[in-house]
Parts: sequence; C-alpha cells; structure tokens
Amino acid sequence: MSNKNISFLEGFVLPFVALIGSLLVFGLFVFVSGQSPFEAWKLLFLGAFGDAFSIQNTLQRAAPLMLTALCVAIPANAGLTVIGGEGSLLVGALACSAVPYFWSVPLNTQGTCILMMASCIGGACWMSLVGVMRQYRGVNETISSLLLAYLAVNVFKHLVEGPMRDPGSLNKPSTFALSPELLIGGIAGYDVHWGLVWGLVFCLLASLWLKFTSHGFATKVVGGNPRAASFVGLPTNALIVTACALGGAAAGLAGGFEIAAIHTASNASVIAGLGYTGILVSFAARHKPLLIVPVAIVLGGFGSAGSLLQRRLGLPDASIQVLMGFAFIFILAAESARGRIQWSRIWRFKLDLNVLGAR
Amino acid sequence: MDAQTMQFLLLAVLGGAVRVGTPFLFVSLGECITEKSGRINLGLEGVLVLSAMAAFLIANFFHSPWLGVLGGALVGGLFAAIHGAICSVRRVNDIAMGIACMMLGIGAAFYMGKPLIQLNAISLTTLSLGAWSSSEQVRSALEINVLFPIGIGLTLLMSWGFKHTKWGMIVRMVGDSSDAARAQGVSVNQVRFLSTMLGGAIAGIGGASLSLYYPGGWNEGLSSGQGLIAVALVIFAKWKPWYCLLAAMVFGGAGSLGPALQSAGINGYYYLFNAVPYFLTLVILVMTCEPERALRGAPSELGKTQ
Repeated sequence: MSNKNISFLEGFVLPFVALIGSLLVFGLFVFVSGQSPFEAWKLLFLGAFGDAFSIQNTLQRAAPLMLTALCVAIPANAGLTVIGGEGSLLVGALACSAVPYFWSVPLNTQGTCILMMASCIGGACWMSLVGVMRQYRGVNETISSLLLAYLAVNVFKHLVEGPMRDPGSLNKPSTFALSPELLIGGIAGYDVHWGLVWGLVFCLLASLWLKFTSHGFATKVVGGNPRAASFVGLPTNALIVTACALGGAAAGLAGGFEIAAIHTASNASVIAGLGYTGILVSFAARHKPLLIVPVAIVLGGFGSAGSLLQRRLGLPDASIQVLMGFAFIFILAAESARGRIQWSRIWRFKLDLNVLGAR
Repeated sequence: MDAQTMQFLLLAVLGGAVRVGTPFLFVSLGECITEKSGRINLGLEGVLVLSAMAAFLIANFFHSPWLGVLGGALVGGLFAAIHGAICSVRRVNDIAMGIACMMLGIGAAFYMGKPLIQLNAISLTTLSLGAWSSSEQVRSALEINVLFPIGIGLTLLMSWGFKHTKWGMIVRMVGDSSDAARAQGVSVNQVRFLSTMLGGAIAGIGGASLSLYYPGGWNEGLSSGQGLIAVALVIFAKWKPWYCLLAAMVFGGAGSLGPALQSAGINGYYYLFNAVPYFLTLVILVMTCEPERALRGAPSELGKTQ
C-alpha cells in the first residue's frame, strides 16, 4: 500500500482502537464500582442507537457538538489551541435571548435569522478577544480562552438572575422566553431540530474553505509555520483573529440553537458543558471539519446514553464524563503512534503465526 | 459605604487572602516545579478536584484530617503521573494531554464523590493568631489554615532548592535546555516525569485544603477553575516560588471579595464579584506578557512538543 493510503487508514484505525481501549478501561471502572461492564456497554449502545427515540436524542445532542467542535478546529488549523468554546456558546445564547429586549424583531423566520445572526456575532466577538490578546500581547490562547469561559459563566448567571430575569421564573431563574413564532422546530416532524442541518452545512463549508480557498490555505500556512507565513507576507494577525472569530461564531450559533430550539430562554440548563465536549470531538477528528460530523454523532450518542446508564444501573451522571476523559487520553496517546507503526511487519507477523498454526 | 463597612471588608479580604489563597499557593507551587522542568500541566485543575474528593474520603474513613491531606497528595501525585508518563511519549502535546487529564480528573471525582456529598465535613485545625485582639473581626480574619504555614515553608524550600541543590539544578537544566541535560547524561523524560508527579502531589495538598478547610466538605462546585488560574499565576509569578506566594495571596483576596460583600449586606452582584479573579488574571496576563519574545524567567523548553 502506498504511504498515502496507509495514513488514510491510520486516520480511521487509530481513533477506533483508542475508542475501544477507552471503553475497556471504562468497563473496568464500572466493574470496580460494582456493576456489570457488559451491561454498561450494552446500555451505551442501546441508549445511543438502540431505537428511533435514542437516535433522535443522539442527533439532537450531536448538532451543537459539531458547532462547538468547529470552535476548536478552526483556530487549531491556524495553530491555536483554543478550548473556551463554552464561553462563546453562552454569549451566543445570551445574545439570542437579549435581542427581543431591545428591538421588536419580526415574528417569523426572518426574526429567527436575526436572532441567530446575533448569536454568531456575540460568539465571534467574544472569541476574537482570544486572538487579539495572543497576537498583540502574547497571551497564551489556551489559558485566556478558558478564563474567558469562566468569566462568561459568571456574567451569564449575573444577567440571567439579575437584570434580564423574567420575574415569572420562580424556581429556575430565566430570561423572558422567546415568542413561539421565533422558535425553531423539528425537521419534518421529528425531534431533531434544524441545528443539525446547519451543523452539517458549517462543517462542510469549513472543510471547503480550508481546502479550496486561498484564505483557508493561508490560515493553514500560518498554523503550520508562522515564520514562513510572515516571510511570504501573509497578514498573520488578521488571519489568526479571523480564525478565532469564525470559531467563536460557530459556538455562538450553537448557543443560539440551544435557546431557540430547546430551552426557549437562557437559564442554568444552557451551561451543560457542550463547549468542553466539543474540544474532545475536535481532537478526535484531528481538527478536520468533515471528520467532526461522525465523531460528534458518536459522542452525542454517549451523551444520550448517559441518562440510561443512570436509570438502569444507578451509575452517577458523571460516568459519561469519565468515559470521555479516558477516550481523550487514549486518542492523544494513539496519535503518537501515527506513522510509526510498521504495518507490513505486523502483517508478516500474522502470516508467521498462521504458518506456526499450520504446523 | 461607611468607614465601618470598609474596615469590615478590608479585614475580610485580608483574612480571605490566606483562606482562599492557600489552595492557589499549593497549585501554583506544583505547577512551578512542573513548568521549571519544561512541561505545562493544565491537568492540575483535574488533580485539584480529584484530590479534594480523595482527601475528604480518606479523612472521613480514618477520622483523621491529616491522613486526608496525605491521601490527597498521594492521589494528586499518582494522577499527575498519568500526564507525566504519556507526555514522555514522543509527539504527545502536553497542553492537549492536560485538557484530557482535566476532563478525566473532574469526571472521576464527580463519579466517585457522589455518595460523599451528604457526609459531615471534617476539618483541619485552625491556627488562631488573633487571640490578642478584642475585635471579633480581627480574630476571625486571623483564623489561619494550618496548611498555610506549611505552604510558606514549601515556598522557602523550593526557592532555596532550585538554586542550591543538585536536584533543583537538574530540573532547571532540563527545563532550559534538554540538549544540555542529555549531554550531561541526565534522562530528560525521567526528570520531567518526576517533576510532574511531584507537582501533582503538591497541588493535591491544595485540593485537601479545599475539602478539609475552606470551603470544606465535598460538592461538585468546590473548584471552578482555581487550578487553571494557578497555572496562569505561574506565568505572572515569572516562575519564582516567592512570587507564587504573593500572587496566590492577591488572588485569594480577590476571590473572597464576593462572599465578603455578601456578608456585608451588599447583594445583587454576587456573580460579578465571583468573576473578579478570572478578570484579574486576564488583565495581569495582558500586562505581563509580551509579544514577539519569550518571557523573562520562562524555562525555554516550555511549549515545545518533542
């Protein structure tokens, strides 16, 4: 096989092996806490893809993950490790619910589009701060983006429980709910909302942008070798800030969909760690926008199975977090094996074993 | 705001600097050792939460807070060893691995800590240094976490150790030039592994301070990014242990502003005051970092993937 084919195959085999490895360790974890790992594995599959209901649940969870993963993947292609997508998501959610406080938007699809644009802009502005701080002040983007995410959580809670609170929301402080005309419904009568389609579209667009446009290519050059990029006169600062802003826009849109399609108002339920799961999705997809789609569906499935594990086996709700943590570690470790496995030798070893067996 | 409220706030913030700052101190000292050896461990946030849970569990099991502190350090060291070991493999990015460890540590702590939430808090001894004062507020401000003097001792030890001991010099050499270290016959990966593990153990004491002193007890909101702020603190402290101490006190003070204002009867801005430490960290990073050149005092191997 040619080298290109091998590296293409490794792209599938290594994450798959890593996923199996993490499921095994997770099984051990479940076993130690006194439950049957086989039952847990079975429920994980059933809860994710077992019936029509769980598949819808899985796809519904995958939709925002695609967008928050883009928030990691796009800056990563520009050479940045940005992990604060949660912040942009919350700012996007806030922007979506804040617009009707200030302007009376038309109560139709046009109005919904305005809200989604507001979410994108909010998320983009928030995340571009990370790019600006890095390029103009040399602040580490990983730390600053995460600090901004914690900052966003507190600002979000302050606004939701203070100035923007709907006095009618007693037990669970929320903003005013969006008018029903502005909400986003399911696709063709299913539970899965239109965010899934937009997630797919944006993953596709991001992939095309990186592969076929000169702007996308320039971004990748900056990510690969910033010094070479400035030698050939690329506007490094602008490219990096743009990449951050695009990522932030994607995460902000995820926040907008969470409001307009699921929660109808900003409240504590929006803070569900979707931004953090997006980090794992993007790393597992090696920051390739098209690969994000299947990975997001698998991880959406884990999320959807979480409640089943909780109900049937009485496992804590953090069990999915544990599984994701293991998966992340295994995927990163597997990455180091890329290009170093001598497949031909393994192949020959197998043949030898067959010969031995024949004897 | 009258003078009395101001005085109350000032004392509360000063007292809080020590109370809230102690975990910051341990985590930033731990990160300082790890970074001196040339690696960044963002997973200390996970170490902090996991060891807080472990310390609380062990302290409750043996009815001894000190065994809890020891257990927290042990668990912290072992968990950080995962990071240390996997990052020794070629081409594994330490920042990405740190994020993974952060997720796993927090997840595992929440998973195993679920039954601990109802348990009674068991607390470390308090040093009352304010017995001489007649003022109630002064006395409560001088109620000091017994781990705090230990932290100062550790700061002293590290600051001296980096300069004057063979081990300290080896760690710094590995962090500044892995080639020079290899030329001396030092195993770079081994030193980094041990530094990461030691850093995790020290951060684990910080976790024990969270669950066994302040805020005390175990719940899922025990740490929200303190471990991460501490990583940023090390940059601000220019990798010097004494500056870590100073920075931890500043952040402890900032972190106790919210609760202090609330107990002074100023409500409505609780979350905004909670956000002060994050905001302050960002402002300080923007002020101290400089583009286009490495920071003064930074180990020059930092941020390189082998």
